[in-house]
Amino acid sequence: MSEKELILKVSHLQKSFGNHAVLNDIDFEVHKGDVVSIIGASGSGKSTMLRCINLLEEPGGGEILFHGQDITDAKVNVPAYRAKVGMVFQNFNLFNNMTVLENCIVGQVKVAKKKPEEARISAVRYLRQVGMEPFLNAKPRQLSGGQKQRVAIARALAMEPEVLLFDEPTSALDPQMVGEVLSVMEDLAKQGLTMLVVTHEMAFARDVSTHVIYMSEGVIEEEGTPAQIFGAPRSEKTKEFLARFRNTAV
Amino acid sequence: MSISNMSFLGRIGYLLQRYGTSYLKGAGTTLVIALVSTAIGCLIGFVVGVVQTIPVDKKRDSAVKRGLLKVVKVILKAYVELFRGTPMIVQAVFIYYGLSQVFNIQLGMWSAAFLVVSINTGAYMAESVRGGIISVDPGQMEGAKAIGMTHVQAMKNVILPQAIRNIMPQIGNNLIINIKDTSVLSVISIVDLFFVHKSVAGALYTYFESATIVMAIYLTMTLVTSRLLLLVEKKMDGDANYELVDTMDIGNQLRTAREHDGEGRRG
Repeated sequence: MSEKELILKVSHLQKSFGNHAVLNDIDFEVHKGDVVSIIGASGSGKSTMLRCINLLEEPGGGEILFHGQDITDAKVNVPAYRAKVGMVFQNFNLFNNMTVLENCIVGQVKVAKKKPEEARISAVRYLRQVGMEPFLNAKPRQLSGGQKQRVAIARALAMEPEVLLFDEPTSALDPQMVGEVLSVMEDLAKQGLTMLVVTHEMAFARDVSTHVIYMSEGVIEEEGTPAQIFGAPRSEKTKEFLARFRNTAV
Repeated sequence: MSISNMSFLGRIGYLLQRYGTSYLKGAGTTLVIALVSTAIGCLIGFVVGVVQTIPVDKKRDSAVKRGLLKVVKVILKAYVELFRGTPMIVQAVFIYYGLSQVFNIQLGMWSAAFLVVSINTGAYMAESVRGGIISVDPGQMEGAKAIGMTHVQAMKNVILPQAIRNIMPQIGNNLIINIKDTSVLSVISIVDLFFVHKSVAGALYTYFESATIVMAIYLTMTLVTSRLLLLVEKKMDGDANYELVDTMDIGNQLRTAREHDGEGRRG
């Protein structure tokens, strides 16, 4: 893992909402090609941490180094940074005023300044990759949750990000739709995309990711390979957390 | 036959025959002022509403930018409160005579009418636009930011198109209110529909008859307007259906490829 190029290095990351400390002294690294799953109970700070990484939440302290540059520095061009770090949301957040195709084009044209025709070609390519090509002309409200999420993934991919962040991408989906989204994510992992995934899907964390981080009460309780975390967790809290999941069919 | 001997309908017929064109001209004036001023008012409202929703980034924005933004926002807030909080009839007099007495600017009646109704509408629309922007799901802004859009890009491409749809009923409301409320402009001698009514009724003492005609004209204008606006809204919502993109080509290519494979295996 260490020989691969270091993309993200988070150190001493902190965040509080008022008096409530949500994140405490978070340290971890993401290398090129890593698929990092972040697991933990609701309220453990997983999503907040992910949102800090692309500055949707303002970190309260610590550093987030992207290729060595601290992006929490006030001089950093935030939109330009975000264009390189994609994000897939729990609630999809597709642009409701645009068709599926337009959703995947607008960022390429307005942000990445690509020519519209070029953007269209690559949008169609990514939509095909997630199996949503036939729905080019549909509006988000006409799609199912799983379809929306696949479009959201295509939209993020169309920006050709170096890292893709997933914030509980399957939590708002019906059980039947979870599979179609997870299989797209699995394909992306196989293609070597660097991914940071906050998830409750333990099977995904165990079988697809290269690295697992278990968070509890705003700190990283334990991290390691999936085999180690799921096979031989060291922390009592991790054991307890995973035991609860083992009962719910992984 | 003198007008005092006529029946109610007879008097209305007489008024229409004699003053029909005046009523229509008045109605035209009313409609022009309402339409133009609502359009300008909407523009003002959009600018004010958009400026008022610019977020302040304490960490990244310079002190100058933050200070300037704060001053502008206070001024805009004062504008909204002033023109929402006073009657348009008084605003009309205040602006028309105030500009001429204090600043020695002699506004024509038309300019004064457009000015008063526009800034009055703008004050209301500013709040509607702000509400429309706030009512768009915050996830839309986050989605836009996440692909690297700036605040301006996100507003232009994602938030405002949705906000406009949300406030279409408000725009319609304002247009209808303006069609009716331009009647107060008769205080600065604009010859609108109400002014025509006052002249006709005052000359012939036919208040009820003239009011009946004017009521009917106002109601026709507002009903037609609200129907047209509903059509516009429907148009904005677009088709409820969508066409699946014809993937026959892709399907055919796949089938041919498969057949080739099959033959290959058989052979």
